Amino acid sequence: MKLRRLRALAVKELLQVVRDPRSLMLALLMPVMQLFLLGYGVNLDIAHVPVCVYDQEGSPFSQGLFKRVQASPYFRIVRSLHDQREIRQAMDNGSCRMALVVPADFSRQVALQRHAAVQAIVDATDDNTATLAAAYANAVVAGFANDVRLDLVERTSGLPLLPAPVAQQSRVWFNEDLESRNFIIPGVVALVLALVGAQLTSLTIAREWERGTMELLVSTPVTPMELLVGKLAPYFAIGLLDGLICLAFAVFWFHVPFRGTLLALLFATSLFLLVVLCVGYFVSVAIPNQIGASQIALFLTIMPISLLSGYAFPIDQMPAAIRLLTYGIYARYYVTILKALFLKGSSLHELWLPVLALAGYAAAMVGLAARAFRKRIG
Amino acid sequence: MSAMPSIPAIEVQALGKRFGDFAAVSNVSFAVERGEILGFLGPNGAGKSTVIRLLCGLLRPTSGRITVDGIDVGRDPEAVRRRIGYMSQKFSLYSDLSVLENLQFFGGVYGVPRQAIGERIQDALRMAGLAGHADTPVHALAGGWKQRLALGCAILHRPRVLVLDEPTSGVDPLSRRRFWDLIHDLAADGVTVLVSTHHMDEAEYCNRVALIDRGRIVALDTPANIRRRALDGELVEVRGTPLGRLLEALAAYPPVRDAAVFGNAVHALLARAADEAPALAAYLAGRGIGEVAVARIEPTLEDAFVRMIGRQAQGAGGAA
Repeated sequence: MKLRRLRALAVKELLQVVRDPRSLMLALLMPVMQLFLLGYGVNLDIAHVPVCVYDQEGSPFSQGLFKRVQASPYFRIVRSLHDQREIRQAMDNGSCRMALVVPADFSRQVALQRHAAVQAIVDATDDNTATLAAAYANAVVAGFANDVRLDLVERTSGLPLLPAPVAQQSRVWFNEDLESRNFIIPGVVALVLALVGAQLTSLTIAREWERGTMELLVSTPVTPMELLVGKLAPYFAIGLLDGLICLAFAVFWFHVPFRGTLLALLFATSLFLLVVLCVGYFVSVAIPNQIGASQIALFLTIMPISLLSGYAFPIDQMPAAIRLLTYGIYARYYVTILKALFLKGSSLHELWLPVLALAGYAAAMVGLAARAFRKRIG
Repeated sequence: MSAMPSIPAIEVQALGKRFGDFAAVSNVSFAVERGEILGFLGPNGAGKSTVIRLLCGLLRPTSGRITVDGIDVGRDPEAVRRRIGYMSQKFSLYSDLSVLENLQFFGGVYGVPRQAIGERIQDALRMAGLAGHADTPVHALAGGWKQRLALGCAILHRPRVLVLDEPTSGVDPLSRRRFWDLIHDLAADGVTVLVSTHHMDEAEYCNRVALIDRGRIVALDTPANIRRRALDGELVEVRGTPLGRLLEALAAYPPVRDAAVFGNAVHALLARAADEAPALAAYLAGRGIGEVAVARIEPTLEDAFVRMIGRQAQGAGGAA
């Protein structure tokens, strides 16, 4: 391999990408668009559920509960109702998804340290939201009740009271906020890189065939290996840049924690990019027109990666046969690495198994791609 | 110059190429000397481009052998590619790149030494008449300029052999003339040129011409010799109207060995023009063909070509 030829090829390729609006958009705009689409679109959390309140007591005490509800990020009190029938109406016209009913004897029951029942009525047409909303409502009310009880005892006894002697305290590790976004966004990086990488490279050989420049390129002393390396180098750089853009948006926009090292991320991303770029190159060699090549590349990346990489759908919950299949999906290893780097801050050393698997894939794909192109026409 | 002078620049032996059942090239052999301009002449689809692509190692031959500077194309195609400058039939530079960027790219892939590239690009720009247009995008260039730029890209690495596949197709006559001047300059510097064309007049610019028809070399000689020897007789130009009836009448007249329409006249082949022309004029006079004029002419390459192809077809027909 001659450096001079690699440079000539890489510069030419980069100039072509920069001058082709379609490629340029794919390289720079797509990653951000994908990240936003998937970052916001695939959201399993609830937030700001519209709530109606029906306060049968109307005491400062019940107002205290509502303040607490309003303060939680999950709920937003939109209306105050004065009738049981209004609840049905509000649910039907969709102005609220949950109604909280405070009974007339609420403060008295609490003062007597009896069981004070606050009724939560949930619209369960979306069962996922309903389940979560009910659970969060439960937690908010329970928190309020606990504070009230402590406050009450403290006041009557005059002594600061220790918290209840036995209490269940769950600690969630690695994704403390239980935000599904934290779980999904690291995996989206894999999807974005695969999509962009394979799409861009799938055009690279096909473009030469389509524009008739291949005939002359083949007549030069460029070797197939030089062609592969020279052509893929710019896309590799673009891929790494896209990876960094994704990282920046994940951390600074979506506030996903990144606990690993940048170096580990760049290393794993390089391996993944090698695989993805070679897949695209392979497709480009096999299919000599740009539209066809980009379609096949899309099919080869987005389908298996979005369904089987575990970026959004946990692999553990898949049927055994499908689970077995995921071992053949290279993105699976990268997603594993990404999630560990983002949320756990693992080192590459700890991730040796998926790193090794990805490296094996990369070596095999580079070998195949180098052999794919024959310097012949027709 | 470094190689021994006894080795021809290009040597092709018993070359054959089949695409399935179709024999695109059959048993083609020729040699080109250093500094020689060899023209490939023939109709579209005759196999000119196939021979050229085989020579550049773009296609693998079914049989036969090609050497460039004594190097076997089949054995070391990259070494041959380093010695060849190629201009394909279809324009194949990068249209989205500028003139300069194309030159830099081809200089790079041909491994032109870094210290020489600047000067060679200037030379190429001057030669192509593109000085001052270095930053023009190639898609904005006119046909003749594109061809000259393609030639400029093909000679950046100072190849000993230049292979040009119909370099002047679709180019205006003035640009064609200018292009041929460049080729003669290169040949004068010792570059061997193999050039295909279907413009018969361009063949006159070549040192030797190979007439190619249906994948075979029908004749290979200097243009003058081909004109002289191809015709087994002497040529007369016959004028008269209507042309169709004139041609029919000539074809039916036994002393005429061959007759073909050229422009608004018919060229007829006779054994001895001086003896037979008066009888021919008399024969035509009674056939309802207006004013008849018969004149002896010197054959052009096109006459020779038409006659040779006709003979080939007859031979093939007789054998079948």
